[in-house]
Amino acid sequence: MSVPLKFHYIVSGGDFTSAGNASVQAKKALRQLGFDPETIRRVSIAMYEGEINMVIHADGGTADIIVYPDYIEIILADKGPGIPDVELAMQAGYSTAPDNIRSLGFGAGMGLPNMKRYTDDMQIDTVVGEGTTITMRVNT
Amino acid sequence: MTVQELKEKLGLRELCLPEPDREVVTGYAGDLLSWVMGRAPADAAWVTIMSNVNIVAVAMLRDVAAVIVAEGAEVGEDVIARAAEQGINLLASDKSAYTLCVEIARSI
Repeated sequence: MSVPLKFHYIVSGGDFTSAGNASVQAKKALRQLGFDPETIRRVSIAMYEGEINMVIHADGGTADIIVYPDYIEIILADKGPGIPDVELAMQAGYSTAPDNIRSLGFGAGMGLPNMKRYTDDMQIDTVVGEGTTITMRVNT
Repeated sequence: MTVQELKEKLGLRELCLPEPDREVVTGYAGDLLSWVMGRAPADAAWVTIMSNVNIVAVAMLRDVAAVIVAEGAEVGEDVIARAAEQGINLLASDKSAYTLCVEIARSI
């Protein structure tokens, strides 16, 4: 069995001008691997939302894409404040983003719901004060 | 209709047009980027009043045919440079988002 392909990206915190760079790079990498456009869209959208969340809330983090034979795994990890109430955070429209973030067009409370919507499986491991790791799977 | 044709027909300002021959199949309007990220159809002409650099990433990830910044919203040089780098068609207009969408619907 072949070793799964891995891509590792660093997401810088507080930098909205480069937010989305990791997702754009991942999209290009998956395109080169020949995945169908819909799969690529789902992976890159889920990853972008996670990237934005890490920039807004966690001062950055890491994003890993692992390509398995029948699915793609996306692991987003940060050492941010954690999510106190995951159920509430998952509600569309609920947001704790500050006003300056909203003025950029973010903070609509759609990030986590979009991530769930565009993936086949999503697990949130979060500890308040320690950080959050989100693991998503997109079947290919 | 191609982006180039749409630009001429609607009298849009060209900020950056790396892929003039891309086909526009539909239109979309929205300013909340996460909403747009979840909903915008591929190959759409996306009309928005948002003009910060993040529109380029959203356009790229959603595969929209072109971004049209409406209502005379100012677009910075950094945004235009990023769009050029990522191959995103970026146009602008003083018309309202509503007017642009009506004109897009009548054109395609």
